[in-house]
Amino acid sequence: MSFSKYLIQRLIYAVLVLIVISFLIFMIVQLPRGDAVDRIVNARQAQGDIITEEDEAALRAQYGLDKPIFVQYFIWATQFARGNMGHSMLGIPVDKLINERIAATVLLSVISLIVTYALAVPIGIYSATRQYSLGDYFWTFVGFIGLATPNFLLALILLFLFHKFFGLSIGGLFSPGVEEQPWSLAKALDLLNHLWIPIIVIVTAQTAGTIRTMRATLLDELGQQYVVTARAKGLRYRQLLFKYPVRLALNPVVNSIGYILPRLISGQTIVAIVLNLPTLGPLLFSALLAEDLELATSILMIQSILAVIGVILGDIILSLYDPRIRMEKGVS
Amino acid sequence: MSDVVLEVKDLHTYFELEEGTLKAVNGVSFSIRKNRTLGVVGESGCGKSVTAQSIMRITPKKNSKISGQILLHRASGAVDLARLDEDGDEMRDLRGREIAMIFQEPMTAFSPVHTVGNQIMEALFVHGERDKSAARKRVIALLDEVGIPAPERRIDEYSFQLSGGMRQRSMIAMAIVLNPRLLIADEPTTALDVTIQSQILRLMKRLQRDNGMAIMFITHDLGVIATMADDVAVMYLGKIVEYGAARQIFKDPKHPYTKGLIRSIPKFGATDGAHLATIEGTVPVPLDPPDACPFANRCGEFIAGKCDVRMPAAVTVAPGHSVSCVLYE
Ligand SMILES: Nc1ncnc2c1ncn2[C@@H]1O[C@H](COP(=O)(O)OP(=O)(O)OP(=O)(O)O)[C@@H](O)[C@H]1O
Ligand code: SF4
Ligand SMILES: [Mg+2]
Repeated sequence: MSFSKYLIQRLIYAVLVLIVISFLIFMIVQLPRGDAVDRIVNARQAQGDIITEEDEAALRAQYGLDKPIFVQYFIWATQFARGNMGHSMLGIPVDKLINERIAATVLLSVISLIVTYALAVPIGIYSATRQYSLGDYFWTFVGFIGLATPNFLLALILLFLFHKFFGLSIGGLFSPGVEEQPWSLAKALDLLNHLWIPIIVIVTAQTAGTIRTMRATLLDELGQQYVVTARAKGLRYRQLLFKYPVRLALNPVVNSIGYILPRLISGQTIVAIVLNLPTLGPLLFSALLAEDLELATSILMIQSILAVIGVILGDIILSLYDPRIRMEKGVS
Repeated sequence: MSDVVLEVKDLHTYFELEEGTLKAVNGVSFSIRKNRTLGVVGESGCGKSVTAQSIMRITPKKNSKISGQILLHRASGAVDLARLDEDGDEMRDLRGREIAMIFQEPMTAFSPVHTVGNQIMEALFVHGERDKSAARKRVIALLDEVGIPAPERRIDEYSFQLSGGMRQRSMIAMAIVLNPRLLIADEPTTALDVTIQSQILRLMKRLQRDNGMAIMFITHDLGVIATMADDVAVMYLGKIVEYGAARQIFKDPKHPYTKGLIRSIPKFGATDGAHLATIEGTVPVPLDPPDACPFANRCGEFIAGKCDVRMPAAVTVAPGHSVSCVLYE
C-alpha cells in the first residue's frame, strides 16, 4: 500500500468516526429541543397569549421537530457540513462566535504541544543518561510536583502572584482594547506577552508526564543489545546516544501526539475560564449553562473534528517516524 | 610466535556489586593466532561473554574493573588494551577495525528503525570513509559475499524484514566490513536452528580462509567447537580449567568438568532412550569465591582436604595441553 492510500484510508476512517460522534452529539444535545418548544409555549401562555394546538404544531414544524429523528439529524448534519451552524440564542450567527475561538484554541494547543516536547525530551535525556545524579533527582522532584498540581490551581496561584507582586492582571490573550485592533507587530507582541502564562499552566503537568516517559524508555533502550553493537563498531557515546537509543525512546513520545493534542483541544476548560482565555471551552460551558443548544452542538462538533485531526496527525507522524509501524500497516 | 594476534595474560574482570565483588573473569590466559580459531566453551554464566567484552573494553563502565594484560600484536608493536581508556580515541579506533564482534541475538543487535545497510555502512563512516556511494557499493558486495540474495534490495531493508539466518549473515557482514584481524563471535549460532547454524559456521570458515583473521569462538556447545576450533579453552567460573589443541582435548580430556561436557554431547545414531549424561547442579555465582577448585561442589572426583583448600595450579600434561586439577599435580 502506498502512503497516499494509507492517508485516504485514515481520512475515510476519520469521517466515519465523525459521523458517529455527530449523531451522538445530536441525540444528546439537540433532541431536548422538544422541551424548548414546551418552554416557549409555557412562557407565552404565562404572558397571557393563547396558544392553540395548531400554533404549537407550527412551532414544532419551524424547528423541524415534526419529522422523524433521522431526518432531523440529516438536515442538521448537511447544514453543518455546509458551514451553516445556525444562530445562537442571542441571534448571533454561531460561526461568527466561534471562528476566532477556534484559532485561539488551535494556537494554544499546538504551542503547548511544542513547548511540552521541547522541554520534556532534553530533560528526559538528561535524567536518563545521568540516572540517580543530583540533576536526575531534581527533575524527578519537579516532575512529581508538576504532576500533582491541578492546572486550575496553578493558574489561580499565578494570577494571585502576578496581581500581588506586579499589580498585573494576566488573564486573557490580549491587553484590554488590543483585541479589536487589526493585526500588527504590536498586537502580536502583546499576544506573546500574554501567551506564556496559559502555556506554563497547560504545559506543566503534560511535561512532567512526558519527562517520566522519556526517561523510562530511554533507560530501557540504553540497556539494549544494539547499543553494545554500536559501541563495538567504534562509535562515540554521544553519536551513538542520539542515533540509536534516543531515536527509539522518542517513539512513545511521538505516539503521544495522538492523544495529547486532542486532550489539549477539548480539555483545559477550567483553566481557560480561570485565565479568561478566548478558547472554545469557556464558550461551550456558558452555552450549556444557558441551554443554547445550537451553539453548544456546534462547539462540540468543532472540538471533535479538531480532536480527530489531532489523532490522525499523530498516526501519520508516527508512521513516518517508525518503519515498524509503517510496514505493519503495509505502507511503504 | 609472530602470527599471534591477541595474547591475554592473567585477565581479571570484576564487577563491584552491592552484594560483594563478582569475579566474572578470574585470571585467564590464552592467545589466538592468525588464521586460527580458539573455541571458548563452558556453561552459562562461566564468564565467556565477559571475557569477550573485556577484550573489546565494552564492559559496563560504572562497576567493572579490569586487570591483567590484553596484548594486541600489530606490525608496529603490541598494545595493551587493558591499559587503554575505554572511551578514548585509541580504543575506539581499534574497535571494529582491528577487533570486531558478532553477537548472539541478531534480532536485538540491530536497531529496528535503521536499515541494515545504514548500520553496516556506519562502521565504514566511523573509521574514516567519506564516500557514500563507495561505502554502499562495498556493503552490497559484502552482503553478496556472506550469501544474502538480492543485496541491492536487502541493503535498504530493516532487520525485522530479514529471516534469522539473514540477520546473522548481515551481522557477520557488519563485523568484517573493515577486515578486522580478530573476530570475536559470542554464541553466533545459538539462536538459530540447526541447518542455518551449519550454514553460518561454513560461512565463517570460508571467510577465515579468505581473510586469514583470527577467531575467538564462544559457545556452550562442544559439538560446534569440534567443527570450528583449532584450540579450545574450557572455562568454569571465570577460570580456564583446561586448555589445548581441539583434537587433543576431544581425544584425551583430563579435567573432570571437560569429561562431563564431552559425555553430554548428543552422539549421532545414539539409540532411543539412551540417556545423555548431564553434569549435576549449576554454575554458582562467583560472588567473593572461596580459594578452592571452582568445580569442587559438583565434581565426582572431589578429594576433601585437597580440592577445597586452594585453587589447583595449571599443569602441562602434554605439549600445549594444560589442566587445573589436583589429580594431575
Ligand atoms: N554487567 C554485569 N554486571 C554484573 N554481573 C555481570 C555482568 N555481566 C555478567 N555478569 C556476571 O558475570 C558472570 C559471567 O557472565 P557471562 O555473561 O560472561 O557468562 P557467559 O559465560 O557468557 O554465559 P552465557 O552462556 O549465559 O552467555 C555471571 O555470573 C554474570 O551474572
Ligand atoms: S581439583 Fe578436585 S574438585 Fe576440582 S576438578 Fe579436580 S578433582 Fe574435581
Ligand atoms: Mg554469554
